[in-house]
Amino acid sequence: MTGYIFRRILQAIPVFMGTTFLIYFMVFAMPGDPIVALFGDKTPNPAVVAQLRAQYHLDQPFIVQYLIYLGGIFRGDFGLSFSGEPVTAILARTFPVTARLAILALLFETFFGILVGLISGLRKGKLFDASSLAVSLVLISLPIFVIAFVGQYVFGVWLGWARTTVGSGAPLQDLILPALVLASVSFAQIVRLTRASVIETSGLDFVRTAYSKGLSSRRVIPVHILRNSLIPVVTYLATDFGVLLVGATITEGIFNVPGVGNTLYQAIIRGEGPTVVSFVTVMVLIYLVVNILVDLFYGLLDPRIRYVK
Amino acid sequence: MSVPLSTSAAVKPLLEIKNLQVGFQTQNGLVPAVNGIDITLMPGQTLAIVGESGSGKSTTAHAIINLLPGSGRITGGEVLFEGRDLTQLNEKQLEEVRGRMIGFVPQDPMANLNPVWSIGFQVEEAIRANGIATGKEVKQHAIRVLKEAGLADADKRLRQFPHQFSGGMRQRVLIGMGLSSRPKLLIADEPTSALDVTVQRVILDHLATLTREIGTAVLFITHDLGLAAERAEQLVVMYKGKVVESGPSREILENPMHPYTQRLVAAAPSLASRRIQSSQKNLTDLGYSAPRAAEGLDLVEAAAARAGKQAATPVAGGPAIKVDGLTKVYRIRGAKRDARDFKAVDDVSFTVERGTTMALVGESGSGKSTVAKLLLRLEDASEGTITIGGRDTATLRGRALLDLRRTMQPVFQDPYGSLDPLRNIGNTIAEPLQVHRVGDRASRRARVDELLDQVALPSALATRYPNELSGGQRQRVAIARALALKPEIVILDEAVSALDVLVQAQILRLLADLQAELGLTYLFITHDLAVVRVIADHVCVMQRGKIVESSTVDKVFDNPQQDYTRELLNAIPGANLKLGV
Amino acid sequence: MSSNFTGPPTDVTTVGGRSGTHYVAPLDETPLVGVDAVKVAEKRSNLWIDAWQDVRRRPMFWISAALILLVALVALFPGIFTQTPPNNNCILGNSNGGPADGHPLGFTKQGCDIYSRIVHGTSTSLSVGFIVIVLTTTLGILFGAFAGFYGGWVDAVLSRLGDIFFSIPYILAAVVIMSVLSQYRSVWSISLAIGVFAWPSTARVLRSEILRVKNADFVMASTALGLSRFKILLKHVLPNSIAPVIVITTISLAGAIVAEASLSFLGVGLGSNIMSWGNDINQAQNDLRSAPQTLILPSIALSVTVFAFISLGEVVRDALDPKARALR
Repeated sequence: MTGYIFRRILQAIPVFMGTTFLIYFMVFAMPGDPIVALFGDKTPNPAVVAQLRAQYHLDQPFIVQYLIYLGGIFRGDFGLSFSGEPVTAILARTFPVTARLAILALLFETFFGILVGLISGLRKGKLFDASSLAVSLVLISLPIFVIAFVGQYVFGVWLGWARTTVGSGAPLQDLILPALVLASVSFAQIVRLTRASVIETSGLDFVRTAYSKGLSSRRVIPVHILRNSLIPVVTYLATDFGVLLVGATITEGIFNVPGVGNTLYQAIIRGEGPTVVSFVTVMVLIYLVVNILVDLFYGLLDPRIRYVK
Repeated sequence: MSVPLSTSAAVKPLLEIKNLQVGFQTQNGLVPAVNGIDITLMPGQTLAIVGESGSGKSTTAHAIINLLPGSGRITGGEVLFEGRDLTQLNEKQLEEVRGRMIGFVPQDPMANLNPVWSIGFQVEEAIRANGIATGKEVKQHAIRVLKEAGLADADKRLRQFPHQFSGGMRQRVLIGMGLSSRPKLLIADEPTSALDVTVQRVILDHLATLTREIGTAVLFITHDLGLAAERAEQLVVMYKGKVVESGPSREILENPMHPYTQRLVAAAPSLASRRIQSSQKNLTDLGYSAPRAAEGLDLVEAAAARAGKQAATPVAGGPAIKVDGLTKVYRIRGAKRDARDFKAVDDVSFTVERGTTMALVGESGSGKSTVAKLLLRLEDASEGTITIGGRDTATLRGRALLDLRRTMQPVFQDPYGSLDPLRNIGNTIAEPLQVHRVGDRASRRARVDELLDQVALPSALATRYPNELSGGQRQRVAIARALALKPEIVILDEAVSALDVLVQAQILRLLADLQAELGLTYLFITHDLAVVRVIADHVCVMQRGKIVESSTVDKVFDNPQQDYTRELLNAIPGANLKLGV
Repeated sequence: MSSNFTGPPTDVTTVGGRSGTHYVAPLDETPLVGVDAVKVAEKRSNLWIDAWQDVRRRPMFWISAALILLVALVALFPGIFTQTPPNNNCILGNSNGGPADGHPLGFTKQGCDIYSRIVHGTSTSLSVGFIVIVLTTTLGILFGAFAGFYGGWVDAVLSRLGDIFFSIPYILAAVVIMSVLSQYRSVWSISLAIGVFAWPSTARVLRSEILRVKNADFVMASTALGLSRFKILLKHVLPNSIAPVIVITTISLAGAIVAEASLSFLGVGLGSNIMSWGNDINQAQNDLRSAPQTLILPSIALSVTVFAFISLGEVVRDALDPKARALR
């Protein structure tokens, strides 16, 4: 297992270098003055421009600029935001809120997604299955901001069950609606994936053998069918984390959740380019780390990976 | 050991299947798989159900313990186990029966253990579920069960996972689980068909000893008539969901009455090779005659016909294939920098004379298929030379390599993978002609028709696609494609291994006829020594990359020199049958 | 050793009457057929023919196909559907107004005709969708096919490259690109921004499919015929691996439409001079309480279009993938 962890982390290094390089490249290798481009149609404060030029070492050759920037990331220095506040300071303030929202959403989507998917898979072709398939198809087709607005309108304006914007300090009860919205698309995907996986696993030989040993379905379903069906779901959760991050940006923006996503959202809306770049970098790094963690978890789930010779 | 039965009537049957009907629900309605069969199994007895794929034999086995896959269900009849009708039990009652009273050993050991749980976990849950032991005794019992099944170091291996076990070891685990609660009946569904013959023999011997000791009756499902006859006292032959013949094994083998059984007896390679063996000694005494209704499927006859034709056309010219010191080394990448060399083929030398068949026999991992790839220049040899038609093939490039390919064509094992599913049959057969720019469109089409005719397929198939064909028909198309360029040498890599016996016999016959007609040289690669007896002139036995014995077929069969060859010969099912025919 | 039973009972005639006795079924019960007899079926059948047979029986296919046809018609010939100009002639007095004569869906905040804006926004969504899938499919096939088929260092390099692009969620990447390209916001630039980071999933799907197909015996047989590696890839391996690419392409098209709408919604998508559902939703979001229809109506247009492509993808997957077919 240690060998597996080591290998997985080793594999992540070139990807990490590549992604940071790519982001840097997208911004600073474009034609024209990147700093001006980042501000779009806004007139920047000359002091901020000078500050940015120094921060990004634009007088140096491109590759040197990148290496300096990379060194900064390793030291935990993501530069300053548009307003001049260190990005790390903003992160320290906003990250706990986003973490709470994301964990809540992950709990919703995995718990209900797996549950509905399992029931659906076990009752293939029945009414429950047909309706869960239909609902999930519709949910997948709805862009997250549409779900957010519909949620806001139905539960906030119409029924009055929830607040349409999250209060200061982001109390948990205010986060429930945004978390449900954030969870909705992935929930639908998890339902479909779990269902497919459960149906496939149920038809496998070892399940029949488990029954032939005299086991009851109360044991076979969780221990042999569900347990094995979780492996593709976990794989999906890893790749889907990127969708969750984008979703968090939009959801936090619409519900005004004071999190990392909202900071990015506000920066995008206001056209504050440098902040956008810093926060996208942060999110990509989170995504990479989560993927490594999920892969390690995957190793726990699947002994064939753990004990690879 | 033998306690005579007081009165035969006192013994009640353990299992009585009466008029059992099983169907599968499909889009086009209920498709019957088992059409009213009757089978009776006495306590302690071993009964084998024999049939080809699709005969309903496995479905019957699964129906007994109500574990039919997917949409399958019992549509009629009774399954009386100790007088109780299993088809009428509810799920709870069935759980009581499964495992505890009826054990089950499945077909493919690779797919029948859950990959994510340890071996110990899976054995222990079976023991716990059947209430055989509780608490700490469960583990002890698990170790005992696995040791019984032939895993000597079971205590050390409980925590290992299925993928760390070989196929044979997994099958031992499954047998151990199946017998863990001393059931009265064990259903063994093709328990060894995925294993090497020598492993198969050891495991079946072990299973027989174990069930005899426990007094468990065995319902043995197999496609191999020889194996069935060797392992079971009673035989049931199934065909199209019906029992066509049943009775004591020996009697059925010696006097098959139903034409279908006669076909099976005639076409089973294991029995054929055994019959050839005996026929040489006292064929005339026994007044051997081919079973009726064999219709060209009799392998003994086929072998005799082949030998006759072979003798009539004397070998001319130099050897077709000459292999000298052939070695192939693969680098295995290890985890901890222990990259090591693995010699898949180790100093192999042989010669194949023009117009003859050389069989390369070995179990999985013996390197026999690697030899085929090296010959076909699909891979390059590490050392040694291959001379074909007098030319060293290693240096051939471009045009010369194309010429080599033209003289030598392969037929591979998997009938479902050997044809491009998106190409119609005509285009598939014409592809070699296209690649080698032979003829124009019209002449190619004519050649395709001719080739289809040669492999006994209607020319209407030319515009059809592979998935409309059966496995045997696909193999014929593959043979037609191989013959398109009029090669001198055909390399048959397990070309008949995946086929049902009757189809296999048919293809073997076709191959023999084509050889006589076209003067082909065959390199016949197989794991099945029994088939070799029917089709080959010479044989090389391979083990772990080396040739351990090489001689004419008669010599190898009648007077094997090496222990390994003897082991292989003994592993041919039916080895213990004294078949006078 | 158990005492009650040890050997095979011979000549036992029991209730079933068959144990121990030699039973032969009458021949007319199961008449013999020729071994492996060829039956030329009435209809040809291969993957594509079968898929078509399957798809045409499914109502979902016809529903999504009809929706896509409608959306395509609206995109290509908006003039058939409305004469009202979407941009000019907006009267502020109609701001957030309800349906009126000739304006069946009412007005936006700027007093423009909602119906007309939706009709004229269609071509933007579809254009972005199509340009993106041309991009992702081209890049995906190139990377996936070469990586999967040639393996070794080619695979290592191409797959790592794909991993890098895959590790940046493509909407975030597009946000960055569009932020930098704020001067050049057009259908082309936004499609480029989405497509450049969206191709790795196509490449991954194709690569794994090619890894499966390239080990088939028919590939080996073609090599033994003397067909070159590249021709084998082109003639045998790619055609047999392309089915899942078609599925993922249909679904990517929907994804691209969502991405464009999301970017426009965030204000880094298309300029306000270009008709886009995302822009309109963005404009309407502050009036959710007072005039929800200005937000809901373009959202419905967007969702229905996305739904059409996603369900088409699902139906096609069901038809092409035997594993998916078993799930029905």
